[in-house]
Amino acid sequence: MRYETVIGLEVHVELATASKIFCGCSTKFGQEINTQCCPICLGMPGVLPKLNKKVVDYALKAALALNCKINQETKFDRKNYFYPDLPKAYQISQYDKPIGEHGYIDITVDGEVRRIGITRIHMEEDAGKLLHESDPTSSLIDLNRTGVPLIEIVSEPDLRSPEEAREYLMQLRNILKYIDVSDVKMEEGSLRCDANISLRPYGQETFGTKTELKNLNSFKWIAKGIEHEMARQKLLLDSGEKVTQETRRFDVNTQKTVLMRSKEEAHDYRYFPDPDLVTVEISDDWIKEAKASMPELPEKKKIRFMETYQLPEYDAGIITGEKELAQFFEDTAKEFRGEAKVISNWVMGDLMRLLNSENKEISDCAVTAKDMASMLNLIEDGTISGKIAKTVFEEMFLTGKEPKTIIAEKGLVQISDVSELEKIIDEVIGKDIKSVRDFQNGNKKALGFFMGQVMRQSGGKANPKVVNELLAKKLNAFEIKE
Amino acid sequence: MKVTMETVEHTAKLARLKFTEEEKTAFLGAMNDVLNYAELLNELDTENIEPTSHPVPLKNALREDKVWDYTLSREDVLKNAPAEESGGFKVPKIIES
Amino acid sequence: MEFQKQTIRQLSEMLQKKELTAKELTAETLKNIKEKEKDIDAFLTICEEEALQEAKKVDQAFDTYASPLKGIPMALKDNMVTKDIRTTCASKILENFIPPYDGTMAARLKERGAVLTGKLNLDEFAMGSRTEYSAMKPTKNPYDLTRTPGGSSGGSAAAVASGEIPYALGSDTGGSIRQPASYCGVVGLKPTYVRVSRYGLVAFASSLDQIGPITRSVEDAALVLNEIAGYDPMDSTSVNCSVPDYTKALTGDIKGLKVALPKEYFGEELHPGVKEEILKAVGYLEKLGAKVEEVSLPHTKYGIAAYYIIAPAEASSNLARYDGVRYGVRAKEYKDLIDLYEASRSEGFGEEVKRRIMLGTFALSSGYYDAYYLKAQKVRTLIKEDFAKVFADYDVIVGPTAPATAGKLFQAAKDPMEDYLLDVYTVPANMAGVPGISVPIGFSENMPVGLQIFGRHFDEETVLKTAFAVEQEVCFDTTKGARR
Repeated sequence: MRYETVIGLEVHVELATASKIFCGCSTKFGQEINTQCCPICLGMPGVLPKLNKKVVDYALKAALALNCKINQETKFDRKNYFYPDLPKAYQISQYDKPIGEHGYIDITVDGEVRRIGITRIHMEEDAGKLLHESDPTSSLIDLNRTGVPLIEIVSEPDLRSPEEAREYLMQLRNILKYIDVSDVKMEEGSLRCDANISLRPYGQETFGTKTELKNLNSFKWIAKGIEHEMARQKLLLDSGEKVTQETRRFDVNTQKTVLMRSKEEAHDYRYFPDPDLVTVEISDDWIKEAKASMPELPEKKKIRFMETYQLPEYDAGIITGEKELAQFFEDTAKEFRGEAKVISNWVMGDLMRLLNSENKEISDCAVTAKDMASMLNLIEDGTISGKIAKTVFEEMFLTGKEPKTIIAEKGLVQISDVSELEKIIDEVIGKDIKSVRDFQNGNKKALGFFMGQVMRQSGGKANPKVVNELLAKKLNAFEIKE
Repeated sequence: MKVTMETVEHTAKLARLKFTEEEKTAFLGAMNDVLNYAELLNELDTENIEPTSHPVPLKNALREDKVWDYTLSREDVLKNAPAEESGGFKVPKIIES
Repeated sequence: MEFQKQTIRQLSEMLQKKELTAKELTAETLKNIKEKEKDIDAFLTICEEEALQEAKKVDQAFDTYASPLKGIPMALKDNMVTKDIRTTCASKILENFIPPYDGTMAARLKERGAVLTGKLNLDEFAMGSRTEYSAMKPTKNPYDLTRTPGGSSGGSAAAVASGEIPYALGSDTGGSIRQPASYCGVVGLKPTYVRVSRYGLVAFASSLDQIGPITRSVEDAALVLNEIAGYDPMDSTSVNCSVPDYTKALTGDIKGLKVALPKEYFGEELHPGVKEEILKAVGYLEKLGAKVEEVSLPHTKYGIAAYYIIAPAEASSNLARYDGVRYGVRAKEYKDLIDLYEASRSEGFGEEVKRRIMLGTFALSSGYYDAYYLKAQKVRTLIKEDFAKVFADYDVIVGPTAPATAGKLFQAAKDPMEDYLLDVYTVPANMAGVPGISVPIGFSENMPVGLQIFGRHFDEETVLKTAFAVEQEVCFDTTKGARR
């Protein structure tokens, strides 16, 4: 039987605050074990939490960016369960009054726009980390991460394929990066993803039994993990068995999903309002402030780029996919005298190729938008050829030098001077009378041959436009002496 | 009755407590006594009553996002630990991850 | 000089006049404590060296401290966190816990030059009303060593009543300051919820817990409250409003004061001997010009039922952190992680604590939350409204602190519920968050009786004013307990 896949994602995002959500310990990543803890995040007897305002600021911004309705009276609840990475044996989270609800984001898959609902977004504290590398009988606990602020973003079960899930996550990541509330690095765990997956026969209204797939913690494994779980469920259903509601985990090594716990073992979290914390009232002014601080979001920017810069949707989508890249593009366009499409060609071509090969982000690229524009202007006014420009750009990328400096140092200025070019052409033509005859007999290929010869002779610096004109004139006028 | 032996066992599991059979019976009785007494509350119609979770309600107790100096040295973090190793709190191996 | 009979005010004056140094006072106090402890067992930890050190420090810089508490010995209930000094909550699970930080009370009192002499006994995690549920030892009532001092701040009340120290701090979740104060013939004040910071108070039931002073006079209670009340940025529930000088309220003039006498506080459960004393005190109030009228707090009888759902529920969550992983006692033997948790907690907690954890866990568990926890929180609203209605027309509410005087040790009811019912007069103030004081007014069968006075939120002034007027009238000798 053919089945429709139904996927909902639960995404945890660490907010980029300086201090933790309920105490003043640093949130810095990668510090030595148990050096960023105080009595509060250690859950020592007698301590009380005090909410970091910036966490609310950031969560509010995220909720607005995800088109959520804001709960202007929001509160914190305790989620009770025992685990060694959770010092108080309860996580301070939000239960029935999350900061945002009923939002959405639009994603484009195969040219089709799909609106994916966001059920809720809430604030909570992160747990510590378990380290397993010591002896085989024990685990060690590092509580540095305990209390780092998180938002959890829960989607509706609106996703229908692993690709959509991946695209949703990419889009979500872009938005969060745009609004500057998280560094969203999956490899450092500041973006983490769990998926709820179920299958149902096409046409069936009700959902099938879902499983929760934990720890899909790299973009590489998201689609893979979901695919494996889909295949596992399909096999069960096809053989007349039932999918059981359970929590599973994708094992990257075996490429299989493995059982973590069944529904019977499911937690009873005993949520109740945390009496140590008070209601957070988000005033209209606070919302206004958050909105004012909101940058243009990717989807809007894409449409503007298509209109303002006449970019094709594909180009606009890629360039606005990253905030810094879009900024780079716009800064370049300000200085560039030619058509903006030229910029997107260069950005998506040479620039992204070099960035990828060096494993760099646009933010740590040596080429400034100003230099990019001036290089493109040099092509536009004929100072360098497009071919030379590639060499120049590579040098710019490696050294951060200005294009003019590189051109001067390497003597790469294009030769457009007629008399200088004529000298080269005369020399080249004089050497190969046979090809001249071919040309005059109507073989146009010969022109290309001479073109190549002139370019080689000039070390690639000859202005091809001028050469082309001169060559044609010279070849036509050449008198072959028998 | 409110609570059965099964509930006592389930509750103990949630609370991470373990009991002898004798203790279980005692807890069963004590819990039922209190819960039966709590039946008294059902005399009251609370349909349209808001719950009170703070006797003196407050709003927006917030702190600025600043790193403070109450952060403990690792020595102090681990000073009371029943078992530690390589700077971490030590527990029996956990299989689930 | 018998320091153990002096109030804070008297000792403060002596220190000020240099008739006495803090060190001398502390040394004498420690000597006295050691002597009395043979009978009383109020202390879990005596910090002899630290106290003498601290007293010396205070003497050296005596004039730089502004507080009347400077140089005066005191002790804290052992559920208040003290840096580098063992803080046990009278529980086996924390018997070796040495906090790396000072709670707000310890820090504030230190700043004011108060000298911490030790940590006082309590029912384990403050759960109980006899101090018998201490995992360490029971404390005895200074008036009769065969009787309970009450609880859970039994150590605090007994230490002050026996003259070991001039004042102590206790905590009150359902009556744990007022009831032992009443049993031991001393003054016990539970301020408005969040008037005094809870940071560093080991949580029992967070929305009910409140720290307050236990003293030998109303004036001393006002003096101590002056020093400990006020906003604390570390406590999110702390209120940022000014703290008056409470001693200014102690005028003795209560002419025209509107006093409410709730009929629900004079039911069948009230011991006739206690009732007689209470009515005598009410008579004094009238004599002083107060207008006393009977009122109703109709939801009083639901207080216990709601309290014994809410408090255990919060406690079940607050006490989950004691798991033998980061601090405290870990079981010697365990098979795996879950067994480590279960063994450490089952061995580490006493029976009453486990009973409440079970009850609270159940009340919050899936399928029962609405019927128990939510229902109780709603009833709490009704109790709060009862007080608000009466306080619209009256300045204070007056009644007994407890239905009876201190009972014999180890005579707790077989059925815990029977004991819980004895909190009937004290629990409502915690539910509503209003301030309440117990002031000794007389004896019933040779044991002290306390009069309880409630006030409006943040109106400790009127509560103290009323208590002071009664105190002046009844002339109860609070040093009587020290005479043994």
